[in-house]
Amino acid sequence: MARIPEDLRYTKDHEWIKIVDGTGVMGISDYAQHAMGDVVYVELPDIGRKVKAGEDFIVVESVKGANDVFSPVSGVVAEVNEELDGAPELLNQDPYSNWLVKMEVDDPSEADRLLDAAAYAELVEKLEAEEA
Amino acid sequence: MNRYIPATAEDRRRMLDFIGAGSVDDLFSGIPEQVRQKRPSDLPKTLSEPEMLRDLRTLSGKNLNADNAVCFLGAGVYDHFIPSVVDSMISRGEFTTSYTPYQPEVAQGTLQAIFQYQTMVCELTGMEISNASMYDGASAAAEAAVLAASATKKRTILCGRNVHPQTRETVRTYCWSRKLEYAELPAENGRIDRAALQKALDGGDVAALLVQSPNFFGNLESLQELADAVHEAKGLFLVATDLLALGTLEAPGKLGADIVVGDGQTAGNPMNFGGPAFGFIAVNKPLMRKMPGRICGQTTDSKGRRTFVLTLQAREQHIRREKATSNICSNQNLCIVAASVYLSLMGPQGLREIGDQILAKSAYAVQQLEKTGRFRRAFPGVPSFRDTALLCDETPADLNKRLLGAGIIGGFDLGNDHPELKNGWLLAVTESRTKEEIDRLVAVAGGDVL
Repeated sequence: MARIPEDLRYTKDHEWIKIVDGTGVMGISDYAQHAMGDVVYVELPDIGRKVKAGEDFIVVESVKGANDVFSPVSGVVAEVNEELDGAPELLNQDPYSNWLVKMEVDDPSEADRLLDAAAYAELVEKLEAEEA
Repeated sequence: MNRYIPATAEDRRRMLDFIGAGSVDDLFSGIPEQVRQKRPSDLPKTLSEPEMLRDLRTLSGKNLNADNAVCFLGAGVYDHFIPSVVDSMISRGEFTTSYTPYQPEVAQGTLQAIFQYQTMVCELTGMEISNASMYDGASAAAEAAVLAASATKKRTILCGRNVHPQTRETVRTYCWSRKLEYAELPAENGRIDRAALQKALDGGDVAALLVQSPNFFGNLESLQELADAVHEAKGLFLVATDLLALGTLEAPGKLGADIVVGDGQTAGNPMNFGGPAFGFIAVNKPLMRKMPGRICGQTTDSKGRRTFVLTLQAREQHIRREKATSNICSNQNLCIVAASVYLSLMGPQGLREIGDQILAKSAYAVQQLEKTGRFRRAFPGVPSFRDTALLCDETPADLNKRLLGAGIIGGFDLGNDHPELKNGWLLAVTESRTKEEIDRLVAVAGGDVL
């Protein structure tokens, strides 16, 4: 069973986000990194880029293919995790402490529409059952 | 039994019986009577095989080729010598029949050939990564322009007016379709006009400068100076060049190039009426994930043996779909195998000797033509390779007609693409030309006008 921390919000596309004082930190879930397989490259967005909720703005390349990552909420990219440039495998090791981008969130209440840990766990459980 | 169609009358009968049709004509019964052609077609009667071969030989005899005429025509496609071993190697069924690898692991031989080709392109261009080739030099340059715009997120592509006209046309078309700005820089004495370049760069938003060296006139550009200028403006420096010339000239990668492209015909590929040959493109690591096309890599298998794979495929459209960096998903495999065989046969020393011969023979031809008093260099004092732009005292059309009468294919008439060069004539002298052939050229070209 994939790891799903309690204090994060999730999308159906397997991104997570945590918003504190209008700043969001986001990444991909444990389920996502497992499904992708070994990550070999992460194409991060430019700082200052404006994104809408649901817009693809990051590409995580794995041995199996290239995966678009969608923004959980609308906002502006404030910081990118440059550590991933030289060590993309960090995403496989721990996709929660190794975030992808930090963003200034337009409307923090947007996150309320995302899944909480319990709802996301239910989704993942269903997917894992289908795969098994 | 039909001579050229494999199906026998019996085969046809069985097919018609199977679908329940009485005759071939019955198959067209759905087409209304009034729109049908009633009279027999105007096609000539069926020929026997010997008759057909005779007809085709007569037709092909109307072509002038570099085996039965002496060729001084270049302007992008050149009459270089190709050792017989090249044809012998690429005629192997494993090479002739294979397409670009789509199930790469089982095509180790093809992958190894690609890897060797890529390695040689990297060594000659001085770049870190080459792909498995492009369709031709013009589309390679256009892909480089698009790549530069995507990497810099800027919109203007500058191109020298002394880049090959067909390359310019292709780059312009790609820019139009991608809504990029395309602008041409004038030439000053046959090379990029530095003042005009600076002015264009000061205008801002320049994603890339594309130059060619040796350029369309054969002239060598001052690559490092141009690279510095465009880098200062945060643009990329794109160099179109020639693999064979790079056996003699400094690698563009050591002179500031960010992307090196070109047409590969000169390396072991016949002129083929202008194609097919192949294009090459090479970049350094920062651009490798944006490079179009297939890339072959070397690795080891589970038993530790040297093996080859297609790598970095996440750029390509069979994975990225509409977000792929390019729709190029093939390569010119047989043509690059020819190039690999040719280049490995020549080696660095052979290429250098070919370059030296080209330089010496070109210099001799130009000097002798100048001596006749009927020709002068269009760009005095500018170093050139293989092609030299000359100005004649008659129209190139008249000159070439006289030469053709003497079994000589004359130079390229520059009038259409460069009206500013009155009576401009682009002379190409390859290593294949002999002193005797050059002397004949000079005698006819410098002789009396009838």
